[in-house]
Amino acid sequence: MINHLSTDSKNWSDLYNGPKMKRMNTEQPMEDRLWEYIDGSSSPTERSTIEELLATRREWQEKYKELLNVHQLLDASELEAPSMRFTRNVMEEIARYHVAPATRSYINKNVIRGIGGFFLTLILGFLSYILSQFHWGASSGNGSSDLIPRSPSLGLDKLKTIDISPAINTTYISLFMLIFVIMGFILLDMYLQRKKQGRTT
Amino acid sequence: MELTDTEIIKRVLHGEQALYGQLVQRYQQYVFTLVLRFTDNREDAEEISQDIFVKAYRSLADFRGESKFSTWLYTIVRTSSITFLRKKKLDTTSIDNERTQVSLENRESSFNANTVEQKSRHAMVNAAIRLLSPDDGQLITLFYKGEQSLEEIGRIMGYDPNTVKVKLHRARHRLKDKMEKYFSYEVKDLFTPDGSH
Repeated sequence: MINHLSTDSKNWSDLYNGPKMKRMNTEQPMEDRLWEYIDGSSSPTERSTIEELLATRREWQEKYKELLNVHQLLDASELEAPSMRFTRNVMEEIARYHVAPATRSYINKNVIRGIGGFFLTLILGFLSYILSQFHWGASSGNGSSDLIPRSPSLGLDKLKTIDISPAINTTYISLFMLIFVIMGFILLDMYLQRKKQGRTT
Repeated sequence: MELTDTEIIKRVLHGEQALYGQLVQRYQQYVFTLVLRFTDNREDAEEISQDIFVKAYRSLADFRGESKFSTWLYTIVRTSSITFLRKKKLDTTSIDNERTQVSLENRESSFNANTVEQKSRHAMVNAAIRLLSPDDGQLITLFYKGEQSLEEIGRIMGYDPNTVKVKLHRARHRLKDKMEKYFSYEVKDLFTPDGSH
């Protein structure tokens, strides 16, 4: 029964392979060292140590020969070949596609930086405006901090005095709307052109 | 004079689509063999391999040349193979271990060395490799046939080079066990040099 059990199975049968498991555990370091030697990845010191062991110890010689045989078998093994039509099938399939542009070519970092800069400027501008509404100056003598605004409304009532009516004007609005519409049409045209190219290639 | 992979890719990106066929010819066997480590069905393996080359073509512009084209391609092979396994609803933890105990037992019990045409040792080795887990099979193929270093294999499979080295040792040990178990007659002169057992 033990002969039919895989040495790799992680089940109760491993417990009964006591001597076999012990042999495997003591063999592993020797095998690993020999594999490194065969692969040519041993250090020069390790190489000469192993060569000495191979010259003097029979079990090392036998194990080396086993592993070398496996290595040579694998090295000489052949690749599996697909059908004769394989290349033609692939080329027929790719004829329907075109190579997608590299992601770095359509994600322009300068554009992203520009957008980020715009919003950052907007936030800083807004903060500056808010802070400018604080009344910085000498305290009223009661030991309070200079930074406490005198006006509890933080000077926001000043906003009421700002006249923005010149900006809210049909001419300006119409102009901006026209620019946005034209830009929208340009982008739509670019998108449709790209799609058309994708279908024809 | 044969064009290098980089030259072909450059020209394909400039519109010479037909040149891509040279890359397909060059790597089709490697890709097909690697995919076969994940599936026994040759039709499935061929379909997956074709999809891999199509995917590679479509993302060719993203190949930066920092690694070999083969390394980049084999990374696509690995991810596509794992996706295929997930679609087939196989236990993906079995990628690292041998296939699930039930499927492995079925495979081993139905496997009869005498039914395989043992015309050469190559066939025997390939048959033995097919008995390994997909991870072990791919690892051995990448190392011996894929011309990939341990670092490159690590990049493909998502392991560090030391882990690759240890896994490779273990995979070869398991392969030796499989050959001794199922092809004892064919390999007896390889593993018992003095004829005794």
